[in-house]
Amino acid sequence: MSEPISMLGIASAQLALIVALAPGVNGVVKRLKAILQGRRGPPLLQSYFDLIKLLRKDVALSEHASPVFLWAPAVYAAAFATTALLVPVLWSPAPLAGWADAIALVGLLALARFALSLAGLDTASAFGGMGSSREVAIAALAEPALLLAIVAVAWRSGGTDISGMSGWLVAHGAAALAPSQLLAAGALLIAVIAETGRVPVDNPDTHLELTMAHEGMVLEYSGRLLGVLLWASAVKQLVLFSLVIALFAPFGLAFTSAEVPFALAAFVLKLGALALLIALIESSSAKLRILKIPELLGAAAALATLALIAEVVVG
Amino acid sequence: MTLPGPLPGIALTWQVDGLSIFFGLVIATISIVTSVYAVGHGRHQHSFRGSAALYAAFIISMLAVVVAADAFTFLLAWETMSLVSFALVLTEHHRESVRQAGWVYLTMTHTATAFIVAAFLLLARETGSLAFADWTARAAMLDSGTASLILAFGLVGFGTKAGMIPLHVWLPRAHPVAPAHVSALMSGVMIKLGIYGLVRLSFEWLPVGPAWWGALILALGAASAVLGVLYALMQHDLKRLLAYHSVENIGIILIGLGTALVARSLELGAVVAIALAAALFHVANHATFKALLFMGAGAIDSGAGTRELERLGGLLRRMPFTGLCFLIGSAAIAGLPPLNGFASEWLTYQSLLSLGRAALEPQIALAPLLAVGALALTTALALACFVKAFGVAFLGIPRSAHATAAKEVGPLERVAMATLAVACVALGLGAAPVASLIGALVPAAAFSADSVALGLATPVAGRLVAPGLATTLIVLGALAVAVPRILGPIRTRVVSTWACGIELHPINEYTSVAFAKPIRLMFRDIVRPVREIGVVHRAGTRFVASVHYHSYIAPVFERYVYGAITTGLVAVAQVVRRAQNGSLQTYLAYLFAAVLIALVLAR
Repeated sequence: MSEPISMLGIASAQLALIVALAPGVNGVVKRLKAILQGRRGPPLLQSYFDLIKLLRKDVALSEHASPVFLWAPAVYAAAFATTALLVPVLWSPAPLAGWADAIALVGLLALARFALSLAGLDTASAFGGMGSSREVAIAALAEPALLLAIVAVAWRSGGTDISGMSGWLVAHGAAALAPSQLLAAGALLIAVIAETGRVPVDNPDTHLELTMAHEGMVLEYSGRLLGVLLWASAVKQLVLFSLVIALFAPFGLAFTSAEVPFALAAFVLKLGALALLIALIESSSAKLRILKIPELLGAAAALATLALIAEVVVG
Repeated sequence: MTLPGPLPGIALTWQVDGLSIFFGLVIATISIVTSVYAVGHGRHQHSFRGSAALYAAFIISMLAVVVAADAFTFLLAWETMSLVSFALVLTEHHRESVRQAGWVYLTMTHTATAFIVAAFLLLARETGSLAFADWTARAAMLDSGTASLILAFGLVGFGTKAGMIPLHVWLPRAHPVAPAHVSALMSGVMIKLGIYGLVRLSFEWLPVGPAWWGALILALGAASAVLGVLYALMQHDLKRLLAYHSVENIGIILIGLGTALVARSLELGAVVAIALAAALFHVANHATFKALLFMGAGAIDSGAGTRELERLGGLLRRMPFTGLCFLIGSAAIAGLPPLNGFASEWLTYQSLLSLGRAALEPQIALAPLLAVGALALTTALALACFVKAFGVAFLGIPRSAHATAAKEVGPLERVAMATLAVACVALGLGAAPVASLIGALVPAAAFSADSVALGLATPVAGRLVAPGLATTLIVLGALAVAVPRILGPIRTRVVSTWACGIELHPINEYTSVAFAKPIRLMFRDIVRPVREIGVVHRAGTRFVASVHYHSYIAPVFERYVYGAITTGLVAVAQVVRRAQNGSLQTYLAYLFAAVLIALVLAR
């Protein structure tokens, strides 16, 4: 694993896997939601058709757009593609494990948010400004919950390196069921729902609602630029789901090349379970008013704090 | 080195050690850049010539503070620095608001000096010397009660200069009214000398203290960070916004310093090293990006004629160079990888977690872990604030004729801003060499370097190889642009922004106040927004003639903390006034009574 060539190979393979799988996760969640709601739903591959069509379409660019608007999708995509190399998905350690840790992952999420929320303000559209304003406010509350949950796991496992945290959990199987671990998992899940713009924080299916955040920011985007943005959002979602899996249920992770097929099966299974959970949450709850979101995310931060107290005080 | 002093028998002594060199480097580097900027920026101002001499004196006095070797020399340099900066704040003294801000600054800075003098006198009494070297050598002689008292005095004195909450009130007043190159130096460099004093005091002049010393500084740091950024979000004067961010960043530095102190009292040398390195690294980083941003605000002020965010907009097209530099500064202060703000905040997170793991007592371990939440909230809010500042000023369409007519600034200003923008990138990518430089200068901040070249590694298995991360980002960004091109060429059509079918107008744009509204409402219990709506009816009718809308943030600290102090002082003054009735006979009676009492007591 030490030669740069094989590292590059592993990195490319992991990136290709995440990028290829990401839109499919949206398709699966949509289909599961449709089944739960008694509808038939779109084909599983519909997300891919939509994205490829967008990537082939011309761009209608606002006359007020500055270079910030043109470059934001590249920065957004680069940040999430980099996070895709930070999380151990099938192999451990993750390709970029020696270079960056969980705190850097949170930093990269912020970099992407910075680029896109500036783009939202760039075209002078009120919708874009509204989306940006809400996005940064929601993220400000989600970030403490996210980092506290990460620290709760890091405190036990001994470090902020994501592969190290997964490896520690695999080595100490029973530790995954500790109360603090469950509390932190709840906190991280709520933070991930907020970060990926899902119900009850945001609604990914509409940009006609005035409560929108993410869809408001991208309203002025079209064609290829929109395609890149939406694909990158799907990558972000899959990376955050993989983070939940890596920090709370990393079992089945491959440490040698022989274990890879089994790891793939385990990952797909766990991802399916997470998609079902998301579909259940989305089908059974309504979107919150924006001023109710602090209560939900405050609860997430409180859960993570409780996890830390449980660890440090109870041991 | 010893120089003859101003009075016979008093010599001025100087010393240069690693900590002096570090702070001296920060002062000198930023001063050179802001001086280049000042030449361009001040060229057209008639008041510049007089203030240039003061400006030079200001820089020299700051350098003198960090090389002073005894209490007298230090206080001489410190007071010179405070008085000269007071004069510089008053550059535009013909404006009433400037004079008022200067007055608040003068009062606060002298109160601070009084506390520093008190701390120094106590140290001198206990050690029998005014020389810093003797204080360091005899630190172990201090008993813990006296040491705690000295720390408390030092914390008030140096904390005021640093802008720590609740002693920050002078900072958002004085920094905005000073000329841009002066605010860049005051916010970027001068307030760091408060940190310099705290480091000297807590690490050299005082013995290893109880853990609550560090915990107190940690808590004050967390409060400064969170409240500083929340107040910054509520501002729409760009320089006032930046001044509140100085409060925030001093908070982040104090989180590092507090963590280092707790670790010092628990004798965890490895944790002390990371935490102190994080604090000092953030000192250098904040100096860089804050000086850059203040120069950018000055460029906006001279280019567009206003720094009121609600009157700006669309400046990126008119001032592209300033815009790019301001963008880099904003990304750096928002803590985005791979820039310098992220590197030092990353180290701060690592030090908090390291302390949390190494401390054996649960109540000590919990404090740094919970500070992680405060730091995360701070950085996320700082991002929100700089999306607002850059987005409202530089993006969208102009909101006023001033902004429409904005002009790019001259070459000297551009060179100065570009230098610091490059420095923000370089300090981020070179985080590992910078950290080892800090370790070489300040032995207490030297943590074992990693085998990975150019990477930072900490005992809690955290790694940050900023150049590798940056390369990955660039390669993947290029891929994101290149790969879709496989699907064939596309055309770009220029259209108007969708505004629901009506013509797009600046009043439809999101404003600075509107942008911060969700955060203002979410944190309304802390920032206390006040909205006053006055409806005036036409005489004798129910028809509305005009509606006045006024919204502001209640000045909590000014009202409840400083208001109480001023009310108390005025009450005492009222009592004293009765004795001071101005009549000669009364004063003679006082003198007679005093002599009488003295005679009775001396008998």
